[in-house]
Amino acid sequence: MNEFLAMGGYGAYVWSSYAIFALALLIDYITPRLRNRRVIAELRGRMKRQQRRQEKSA
Amino acid sequence: MNTLTLWFHKFGSPPTFHRVTGLLIPWLFAAALLIGLVGLYGGLVLAPADYQQSDAYRIIFIHVPCAWMGLFAYIFMAVNAFIALVWRIKISEILAMASAPVGAWFTAITLATGAIWGKPMWGTWWTWDARLTSELVLLFLFLGVIGLYNAIEDRRQAARAAAFLGLVGIVNVPIVHFSVSWWNTLHQGTTVRLLGPSRIDSSMLWPLLLLALATHIWFFASVFARARVSLLELEGGKEWAREIALATEPGHE
Repeated sequence: MNEFLAMGGYGAYVWSSYAIFALALLIDYITPRLRNRRVIAELRGRMKRQQRRQEKSA
Repeated sequence: MNTLTLWFHKFGSPPTFHRVTGLLIPWLFAAALLIGLVGLYGGLVLAPADYQQSDAYRIIFIHVPCAWMGLFAYIFMAVNAFIALVWRIKISEILAMASAPVGAWFTAITLATGAIWGKPMWGTWWTWDARLTSELVLLFLFLGVIGLYNAIEDRRQAARAAAFLGLVGIVNVPIVHFSVSWWNTLHQGTTVRLLGPSRIDSSMLWPLLLLALATHIWFFASVFARARVSLLELEGGKEWAREIALATEPGHE
């Protein structure tokens, strides 16, 4: 196991590369999900405001 | 209309696109993850060490698929940009803009992992080699498209301006690809070839190809995920978008 982690002495280079790869893809995965949440919250807010305005004028 | 145009119009209609991609995305991400893990196991555990580079070469199992992905993303973006500019198809505008950040991430990974490999193997993090420089230009083109898209208020005008920039930048794609054969600088030449035998052992080739497949599937999953949010935002005033917003409980997106 230790030998596997050492990567023939290049462990720091190999594992930091793989960490960057994993981290970048994780951010890439999360970004649209957070945006989706924000867009839906905005749409619901806008609809609520419209409804209130209609009730007031009625 | 023939079947293909009919299909295109149906899939291209915003509510259908939103629904179909919503069903597809989890499966695409799951497939990418599964295939990617098998590829990583093959690359990190099963493949033997290189006779010259020892285990440092294992960085190529992510470096090369991500480099291919950057170019693929750019071509996908440019094709959609072209369709968006010529036929003004909304879905193409959105797909072009959605592929820019994903392509930028893959290009950034390529540059970062290349530098980390270069330090022990070449003795330097960076050099103004033809391949490295054109790859950096590729990243700047992606960032330029994203920047221009975000700088203009009107979403559709913004998409068309950024699509134009992306389309012009396509000249860089053959430069990246052929840079290693046109200029004899530091970066090595092509090892995996579509035409003719590849100069890589099969024990190292199959993990590389699996990771290439996984990153391609990931690309489409991520582009679709971004595209459907943009579509919902763009069509926010329409009935189908309101229905989706109403049906989605906060916290259960």
